[in-house]
Amino acid sequence: MDRMPVWADVVLIPLISLLLAAALSAVAIWAIGENPWDAFALMVDGALMRSSGWGYTLYYATNFIFCGLAVSVAFHAKLFNIGGEGQAVIGSLGVALCCLYIPWPHWTIALLGSTVFAALFGALWALIPAYLQAARGSHIVITTIMFNFIAAALLNYVLVNHLRPVGAMEPASATFPEATHLPNFRDIFAGGEGVLFRGSPANVTFFVALAACLLVWLLIWRTKLGYEIRSQGYSESGAKYAGISPFRIIIVAMLISGGLAGLMGINVTQGEAERLILNSAEGAGFIGIAVALMGRNHPFGVLLASILFGFLYQGGAELAMWTSIPRELIVVIQALVILFTGALDNMVRWPLERVFMAMRQEG
Amino acid sequence: MDLMTILQILDSTVRLGTPLLLMCLAGLFSERAGVVDIGLEGKALAAAFFSAAFAYYSGSVWVGMLVGIVAAICFSLIHGVASITFRGNQLISGVALNFLASGLTVLVAQTWFAQGGRTPTLENARFSGIPLPGAEALRDVPVLGPIYAELISGHSILVYVAFLLVPLSWWVLYRTRFGLRLRAVGENPAAVDTAGISVVRLRFAAILIAGVLCGLAGSYLATGLQAGFTREMTAGRGYIALAALIFAKWRPWYCLSATMLFGLLQAVALRYQNIDLGAFVIPVQFMNALPYILTIVILAGFVGAAIPPRASGDPYVKER
Repeated sequence: MDRMPVWADVVLIPLISLLLAAALSAVAIWAIGENPWDAFALMVDGALMRSSGWGYTLYYATNFIFCGLAVSVAFHAKLFNIGGEGQAVIGSLGVALCCLYIPWPHWTIALLGSTVFAALFGALWALIPAYLQAARGSHIVITTIMFNFIAAALLNYVLVNHLRPVGAMEPASATFPEATHLPNFRDIFAGGEGVLFRGSPANVTFFVALAACLLVWLLIWRTKLGYEIRSQGYSESGAKYAGISPFRIIIVAMLISGGLAGLMGINVTQGEAERLILNSAEGAGFIGIAVALMGRNHPFGVLLASILFGFLYQGGAELAMWTSIPRELIVVIQALVILFTGALDNMVRWPLERVFMAMRQEG
Repeated sequence: MDLMTILQILDSTVRLGTPLLLMCLAGLFSERAGVVDIGLEGKALAAAFFSAAFAYYSGSVWVGMLVGIVAAICFSLIHGVASITFRGNQLISGVALNFLASGLTVLVAQTWFAQGGRTPTLENARFSGIPLPGAEALRDVPVLGPIYAELISGHSILVYVAFLLVPLSWWVLYRTRFGLRLRAVGENPAAVDTAGISVVRLRFAAILIAGVLCGLAGSYLATGLQAGFTREMTAGRGYIALAALIFAKWRPWYCLSATMLFGLLQAVALRYQNIDLGAFVIPVQFMNALPYILTIVILAGFVGAAIPPRASGDPYVKER
């Protein structure tokens, strides 16, 4: 027996890694001449102490849930999908085409339609890297990175040359028709008036994200396909011996992953901006990596980690507004979280294992 | 299209290809030793910022370059500790370093200079072009004269250094004991270990070389190609260099031709906006995306199989 209890693996290690990342971030804040404690208090105040703060936190969290789930489904098949950003961009394009060119009678049906379009577009954008990995062995990390750049160029082209309304300067599409506008939290919880969630962008897509969490959990741990994906991730040769086709699993896992990343487009494009804008993914595709690593590839973990990053994002915006700390602090924190929970995992794990070993021998 | 236009495009090919070449060689050393380095981009970005910042403070481009190299080496060491010492996932470590550089450079730039995440424009502390001897005198010689004067002469010193590094890398990797061991550690670390040579030390040596090369690349970007640091100024070059490395099948001379090809694509995209072919127009966005599209085509294996060093990406676990 040289294993730690499950709770230590699932809770303790991410928590210690997070504390290390937080400590280094505090050093960074201190080094640029601000008080880390005041900064933290300001972040909590701006992101969690008001309903509108929560409205922003959950809005960002919605993006991160989709992208985190996307990365973790691929991780289960031992694929590193770093292309969530590009898949989300193309997903947004799907949402825009769906909302602009199909006359929807009501937002509920429009939401169904845009869900299908977003997932389909995102999945298709993941298909080529998936095929190249499965059939040709081209490394999926490199190909998905390249597809991020290509997606950005494609979106730019479509916006500037096709979707931009005549005479407009800004590279953005026309505003979507009224019937496709999704109700936000204020409409849902305060009947469209009152101060609850006033001015905040969280919308009904958050519940789609929650449903996605549940579905991904069912898929990974309660279906045959999920079992095959996990087998492939655990041991490709073992899975192959059991009659599981690596080709099929790579393609299917990446399609699901790309579809999930594409769904993010609903939140940003249909839910918030109500038109297609440049840089519609806002870097959330990359935060998905941090979220998946922190959440240990489990949908519930992804949900918690997404809310944490939503808090960081909204808190970071508050910091940028009221102090001299730029927004890029969030990118640094995100990098540190990826570093500690992903790459330096053993730095925390090995000493902990030793501690547990010593405890067991005494006990 | 006359000779002068072609020469100008080739000239900017060399200038745009140089940072790619330096990063590609960095990746070559690292991956040949079995350490995959997605973090080339981040190292070069960090080096670009610190070299520009210190060139500005000190007024000397050389001081800037040294600090840039030190910054890139620091990033290399983090990568080494994560992926060699603690046997973490090399891809994830590289991705983390890229974000760290992307955030940290803007954070520090904003704190030091308060110009929206960039350094002040460098007036004098830059690498300037070095006219080779006789460039002006030979300019009037037909064909060869302009080629010498425009294309070969007048680049900054780092361009010449980068080109000289290609044969040097070849010599180190294929003609020295260190190079033999370095290649062996990327193919079969256990054998190297059995011979009584430290795998960990060799891999650290390789990523330190990669750090120095990325430092040169970053410093060239910020103080040679441009006059100062701007946010995200590496603009995906680290990833293109990685693709070039695959295209080059992990060989020094091929690195040169692969990076110059990508440099040419960038030069063409830079010079021409929308290319009008009469029947249809190639949009500028397509030209900008072309290096990435070409990478995909190359990776798809249409130009022959590219087989990476066998142990690249795997942490080495010593037997007990």
